[in-house]
Amino acid sequence: MALEKLTLGKALTAGLRAAMDRDPKVVLIGEDIGKLGGVFRITEGLQKDFGEDRVIDSPLAESGIVGTAVGMALRGYRPVCEIQFDGFVFPAFDQIVSQVAKLHARSAGTVKMPMVIRIPFGGGIGSPEHHSESPEAYFAHTAGLRVVSCSNPEDAYWMIQQAIECDDPVIFCEPKRRYHDRAEFELGGEAPRELFSANVVREGEDVTLLAYGPTIRTCLEAANAAAEEGTAIEVIDLRTLSPLDTETILASARKTGRVVITHEAQSFLGMGSEIAAMLHEELFYDLEAPVVRVGGANIPYPPSRMEEHFLPDLDRILDGVDRALAY
Amino acid sequence: MSDTDVAATGGIPAGLDAARPDPGDGGPDMIQLLTPEGVRIPNSDYDRYLEDLTPDDLRGLYRDLVLVRRLDAEGWSLQRQGELGLWPSLLGQEAAQVGSGRALKPQDHCFPTYREHGVAWCRGVDPLSPLLMWRGVTNGGWDPAEHNFHLYTIVIGSQALHATGYAMGVTKDGRVGTGDPERDTAVIAYFGDGASSQGDVNEAFVFAASYNAPLVFFCQNNQWAISEPVSRQTRIPLYQRARGFGFPGVRVDGNDVLACLALTRHNLDEARSGNGPLFIEAFTYRMGAHTTADDPTKYRFSAEVERWKHRDPILRYKTWLAREGHADSAYFEQVDKEADEFAAELRQRCVTTPDPGGETMWEHVYSQPHPVMEAEKAAYDDYIASFEEEN
Repeated sequence: MALEKLTLGKALTAGLRAAMDRDPKVVLIGEDIGKLGGVFRITEGLQKDFGEDRVIDSPLAESGIVGTAVGMALRGYRPVCEIQFDGFVFPAFDQIVSQVAKLHARSAGTVKMPMVIRIPFGGGIGSPEHHSESPEAYFAHTAGLRVVSCSNPEDAYWMIQQAIECDDPVIFCEPKRRYHDRAEFELGGEAPRELFSANVVREGEDVTLLAYGPTIRTCLEAANAAAEEGTAIEVIDLRTLSPLDTETILASARKTGRVVITHEAQSFLGMGSEIAAMLHEELFYDLEAPVVRVGGANIPYPPSRMEEHFLPDLDRILDGVDRALAY
Repeated sequence: MSDTDVAATGGIPAGLDAARPDPGDGGPDMIQLLTPEGVRIPNSDYDRYLEDLTPDDLRGLYRDLVLVRRLDAEGWSLQRQGELGLWPSLLGQEAAQVGSGRALKPQDHCFPTYREHGVAWCRGVDPLSPLLMWRGVTNGGWDPAEHNFHLYTIVIGSQALHATGYAMGVTKDGRVGTGDPERDTAVIAYFGDGASSQGDVNEAFVFAASYNAPLVFFCQNNQWAISEPVSRQTRIPLYQRARGFGFPGVRVDGNDVLACLALTRHNLDEARSGNGPLFIEAFTYRMGAHTTADDPTKYRFSAEVERWKHRDPILRYKTWLAREGHADSAYFEQVDKEADEFAAELRQRCVTTPDPGGETMWEHVYSQPHPVMEAEKAAYDDYIASFEEEN
């Protein structure tokens, strides 16, 4: 085992490679994932090493990608679908929520759906419409699916392998604007934590700040800034959106009494809404303040020259923290 | 036919369109081995696919047709008696389902719609299983691997993609074109004329062609998608669609069990040999309503139904069997008696199946632990237990 310094994107590549090395039933399918290595190059080099049978360039049809992956899973394969951009997952939405999510239940448990659907998600990269969305709550709302998101290279490396090993279908949300974030970690060995667990990435006593994916880095920057003013923010990387790691969330909320949750997705009926409801039900007497949501505006994702106004940034997150502290 | 002509014929209720183009007899390209009158038409291309059939096999096909029709009648009656929530009838499509279903080898895999009770029968699926699904006891509930018969799919056309992916997996497994008849495997995807408009079905055509999938698309064109005639779905005969996707398509008389058997055998052989995908349009007719909730008198003429009665799949086959001396009246009576007993037992098993308890709802949502769902289940258990405490 050696320490490697990898970007989040290359950590995903390394994780996919490790999963494919370990299990010949793992196959990748998606648009442009072969010679090109995907538009984000996450599968770069994999077709050359594993062949066209295992790294499958698909026709341009997202429902077709997911629907044929269902069939491959029924035949004993473990397909990993790449959806090119978040906004392109919707042609596959029917297959995901009506078939992928329900087959295990429909078959009374006789059919497993060990499938991963990778979705580069979120904004902040100056893209045109449909290239910056955060659709995770649609999937977290759907029983039968599991939904996770990585925020750093080490998690990316491990979580993609754990998602592939999971016998249930996993929606794997990759923070595309963090693909080039770099970190040093050990390749190989044991995964540092379970897939369906949150991670306290910074401890603090005053306010709990919950986030996942691309906003984790922003939250850590916010925590640094707040520390200079004497506020100790505890930052929790949720990592798993379904199932939620309620134990970790509740323990921190019980300690601080104040919770802010942030995500790029529109706040209305977003992950923050569910977590706020859960916290109020479970910890009504322990909370010092209402749970604060800092999310994307409740509009269609705006043209990119305006996206900085849409996305939660350091200032908006700190404003949310201030609101939680005002009580 | 102009409005004046229609008025002159005196028969069309207000609000109904003039008669749609007559689905007709399938046209000159339709392959038929047995006429509606029960006359065998020799066919140099396909007769060889029937050569191995013994008189027992031929009688067996008749038995299948009768039992499947009886199963369907039970489903209909049980719904009318309040024992099922809904029943989609296959009446009129028995030959298409039995012919294609009996063409399959054990290793072949089937992807049905929700109307393939006849194919399920041929695959050995317990006929109670579809009844329990429409009773609301399960959402399917059988193991697809047990009989290589996938679960019913209700969303129209979704299963065509599943079949395609499965067939791609068969290729990856090296089960195509080895020349070993016990090893080479084909997949069959069932769908209807309505599904031919669905994006998933068209995507399945594209993917199956792109990857040379060992797959037979088996379209039962029963002329009606609930109230919409096939002319709403397509300008050209459906089997001709295949050509545009780059694979062969053929139209077979879907009410001719011998033709359905022979053509499906041929197409499955081709698929197993690596010449897939292929497309069969079984030209048939939905004699009954779409489901027990439908009323076809609102959108089609009884004269059309009457015309199709003369093309009944069972009658023509029975006529031919008797004429050829493969079966006599004693045999036919014996099958009828068996059908009565089969129906009585099925009915009994259906109506005595208890409703599952609410506590079982959570059982198969996930295959691995899901703490949030388990907490909900625990809360439900506590809620139920609270009544017991009160009592």
